[in-house]
Amino acid sequence: MANHQPLDFKNNVSRALKDTQLIKNIQSAMNTLVLKRKNIFSDDAETEQLRTLGNATKSLALSKLPELLERLEKKCTENGIRVHWAETIPEANQLVLDIMKSHDATRLVKGKSMVSEEMELNAYLQQHGIEALETDLGEFIIQLNHETPAHIIVPAIHKNRDQISKIFHDNIPDSPYTENVDELNAIARKTLRKKFQKADVGLSGVNFAVAETGTLCLVENEGNGRMCTTVPGVHIALMGLEKVVEKLEDLPPMLRLLIGSATGQLITTYVNMITSPRKPGEKDGPKEVHLIILDNGRSKIYADAQRRQTLYCIRCGTCLSHCPVYNRIGGHAYGYIYPGPIGKILNPQVEGLEAAGVLATASSLCNACEEVCPVKIPIPELIRRIRNESYSKDPTSTVAGHGYKSNWIESLTWKIWAIANTYPLLNAAGIKIMGALGLKLPKVGPLKQWTHCRKAPEFAPQSLQELVKQNGVDNE
Amino acid sequence: MSEQSRQRIFARLTAGSQQVSAPIVKPDPMPAKTYNQAEKIEKLKTLMEAMRTEVHVTDAQNWIYKLEEILKTRELKSLVYPPETALGETLQSHWEKDASGLPQLIPYETEIEDFKDRLFSIDAGITTVAGAIADPGALILWPSNKEPRLMSLVPSIHIAVLEADKIFSSFLEAMQKEKWATKMPTNVVLISGPSKTADIEMTLAFGVHGPRELIVLIVEK
Repeated sequence: MANHQPLDFKNNVSRALKDTQLIKNIQSAMNTLVLKRKNIFSDDAETEQLRTLGNATKSLALSKLPELLERLEKKCTENGIRVHWAETIPEANQLVLDIMKSHDATRLVKGKSMVSEEMELNAYLQQHGIEALETDLGEFIIQLNHETPAHIIVPAIHKNRDQISKIFHDNIPDSPYTENVDELNAIARKTLRKKFQKADVGLSGVNFAVAETGTLCLVENEGNGRMCTTVPGVHIALMGLEKVVEKLEDLPPMLRLLIGSATGQLITTYVNMITSPRKPGEKDGPKEVHLIILDNGRSKIYADAQRRQTLYCIRCGTCLSHCPVYNRIGGHAYGYIYPGPIGKILNPQVEGLEAAGVLATASSLCNACEEVCPVKIPIPELIRRIRNESYSKDPTSTVAGHGYKSNWIESLTWKIWAIANTYPLLNAAGIKIMGALGLKLPKVGPLKQWTHCRKAPEFAPQSLQELVKQNGVDNE
Repeated sequence: MSEQSRQRIFARLTAGSQQVSAPIVKPDPMPAKTYNQAEKIEKLKTLMEAMRTEVHVTDAQNWIYKLEEILKTRELKSLVYPPETALGETLQSHWEKDASGLPQLIPYETEIEDFKDRLFSIDAGITTVAGAIADPGALILWPSNKEPRLMSLVPSIHIAVLEADKIFSSFLEAMQKEKWATKMPTNVVLISGPSKTADIEMTLAFGVHGPRELIVLIVEK
């Protein structure tokens, strides 16, 4: 990520754990999300079938990704949508800026887009004198408060109503102080309607891009997404290159999975399918539609069959809601735009292990994320892969920065371990000594850290083998 | 820049796509339930009402009077409508007979650039719909030259007129029967209720950016 501050994860976590208001806000919302999801996926057998279909749809689409992206590009171009490719974040930002400049545009309204967060697009455009305004209510709140999203789906959920009341009152001119949600909502509506009306360009993300028809599919509840993609004369859509599906008929099950997992709804208020700019004779809609397809490390993840599963992600955020770690530290502690379980596997692969590998340590491997993932990403398996690669000097390792944690203490320990277990006499002698003396390891370095909140294991005076010899085996 | 990036991205993806070991078998789409006509109406009504949509089942003779009642009780001042459609013609002739107590009819007949300020000040919009989906309950809007996209979005109230025989059992059925893949228009929207959000403390609030109210008239033959 551009200009990213080095991640001090440990410090972030300590700070978050002490923020009782934050944790209260997060946990109450996550409980609601978990229950809502459970209600919508009440039939276990059907849900399992659906998730299997979701997994197959994504793995099949990715297995022929180059072909599908080419088809998407061809179809979009035929339909009049201009397709641009960005290998890196600076390139993607530049593309947006160039489009803005070509229209002398200074006002941009934005629907929710995680790719734009990944690009830190708002800050970039502001540096170039362009107002980039978030219009999703949650995103609008955090933009007023100069924050990043705390959750992929409900970005302002770390704030409660009192805090939001204050943010509105302090930042929106002439707005009365109110703690009533409907009134807060009305203030946002009034403020943003004017912005939709005056904006030069609208920007959105893409939930699914359909190769067969060149259709961009977007889901939302508020209507701000439709505003951004319909009112201004130009629409820019941003997507990660993994978002393509093959057929239009892939949409019904994928939308059911995405929406049910994200917000626990059967369907969002709006499912918006965009296939072209305004055609001659049509009276509204943007005259230009641009699709920017971003790589930013995805094509490198793609080349490794196991890691490729990271790209199945449809950004529903349900792994965050179900994660015991996320529930206790919230989203910001992770230091990257994608928090929670998916962030633990995505960020280290995109940013490299030295920058973000530490995130993979923040897991108890409880498997909740894998059990609820709508496309069955084996997140715990990938967390273990990242942990392993962090220590691996093996040249066949593929994650950037692999082996960054390897050190002489660790290698020496394993060498001794290997030797002690290769020679039976040495092994027996070792056990005798340990049994007699107990485990007297010095509590320094990593051992000190490890025993900080754990009890060091105690060696029994007699080994299991000895006990069996002495007492025999009780066969019941 | 974009072209070179494109080449590099495709080179990596093409090399990477050789990595897949086992062929992937995709399961068949899950069978969707099919409903008879009465069930479809019932299902659509129940599901959309659960999303706080106002649904009225009426018929070809009476729907216009139902509409009158809806408009009058709300004391609306202006209603934007599609003048070149059958719906538009019916409204015009009805309004010509007696428009007392009814909102002013405003045709959407110019491009948005010349109509934007006006549109943002109109109370309600009325549109036809291409059909609906019984489960999950949603309208299918298929905007066209005659029926622009913003009529169903900008005004605070959206009134949709649905012919009862155009309700499909499922989203997949609508797509397959109508062969969507061969004729996707500029824009298709599914709408399941009025605009809403739960971004503040997961508390549901309606009418955040789009219409505050969605009213559906299901017209039976």
